[in-house]
Amino acid sequence: MSVKTLTIDGVLVSARADETVLQVGRHHGIDIPTLCQLDGVHSVGACRLCLVEVAGSAKLQAACISPVSEGMVIQTDTPRLREYRRTIVELLFSERNHICAVCVANRNCELQDLAVRFGMDHVRFDYLSPQVEVDASHERFGIDHNRCILCTRCVRVCDELEGVHTWDLSGRGVHVRVITDLNQPWGESETCTSCGKCFHACPTGAIFQQGSTIAEIDRDRSRLQFIVTAREKKQWLV
Amino acid sequence: MARVKLATAWLGGCSGCHMSFLDLDEWLLQLAVLADIVYSPLIDAKEYPANVDVVLVEGAVANEEHLRMAHTIRQRTKFVVAFGDCAVTGNVTSLRNPLGGAEVVLLRSYVELTDCRPGIPTAAGLLPVLLDRVTPLHHVVPVDYYLPGCPPPAAHIRFLLEALAGGSEADLPAEMLRFG
Repeated sequence: MSVKTLTIDGVLVSARADETVLQVGRHHGIDIPTLCQLDGVHSVGACRLCLVEVAGSAKLQAACISPVSEGMVIQTDTPRLREYRRTIVELLFSERNHICAVCVANRNCELQDLAVRFGMDHVRFDYLSPQVEVDASHERFGIDHNRCILCTRCVRVCDELEGVHTWDLSGRGVHVRVITDLNQPWGESETCTSCGKCFHACPTGAIFQQGSTIAEIDRDRSRLQFIVTAREKKQWLV
Repeated sequence: MARVKLATAWLGGCSGCHMSFLDLDEWLLQLAVLADIVYSPLIDAKEYPANVDVVLVEGAVANEEHLRMAHTIRQRTKFVVAFGDCAVTGNVTSLRNPLGGAEVVLLRSYVELTDCRPGIPTAAGLLPVLLDRVTPLHHVVPVDYYLPGCPPPAAHIRFLLEALAGGSEADLPAEMLRFG
């Protein structure tokens, strides 16, 4: 495997040729913000929070899906990027009904944490306040579309880690929803194994455990990491 | 230094933010040294006075009375603080927005979910007229500072008031900006 050298935030770093900008940054302690990205499943560049500036390119690049190349010069934390990231988080808050105070994921939510990180003290856009559904038909879990940000982590863990592909997307634009099977109630899904990987992967309060109330969500992302490590490194670390 | 003219106002909220204000406990004595509280649900003042320095506005804008009050406050106040999640985001008060306009909400509350004597009150002046949409404070008047939280912890209120009373910009650290 050849080695590439590049510059991130003024630091000269070397990387394997098959690594992404995000991976190299993390190896060198550069914390590029992410939301849809989840270790162990492939990246899709959906949320755009990991956008970085690459010298010589007018376009911003999503670090999670950008392969490194020789001589790249990357900036990960400029005033422009900070403004865009805050704007993205504001748009996510305005699109559905994210009411932190009454959310199962309050104080355990990656979207809420990012709002704090980017200093979002208010949302400058009008709230769309759409009327969307809560599907509580599954005996152990539920999906509250009010809180869904369409990161597709549930789709990817279900497909790539569980190998089932119960989850997918339907619709276009603001009408996009994550669906189970062919848009049937989750409780009637014939493919769902009730493994809970989507629950552990969800960054917000969208996928919840039945019976949990405000701020009670208890995700354990290490259970996903255990599977990934076992599969990739043949190490069963408990 | 001149004493600060402080007001607090209560729009469409549960008064939890004002309860958190009372949680300032003994620091309220210190506040009484720094500021005169000229208008508040906690004191006996009927009219919102002129030349207020700082106002903490709790609650979202949900009816015409809130809207009028928001404009009065803005005209007569130097620094307007959106106080708590309802003022900052709409929060719980705005949970009705996905249902539709005021008519749908009144039907739901006064007719569909009522066990006895269903009917929307119509007598003039009995209830403030509901707005079709609940909005955060900054959607109707310019806001100078945002203090999120449901409710904002007393320590955050103190941080903000100490800064404003001391005549400096209230630059809240990021961790004080958490919703919920």
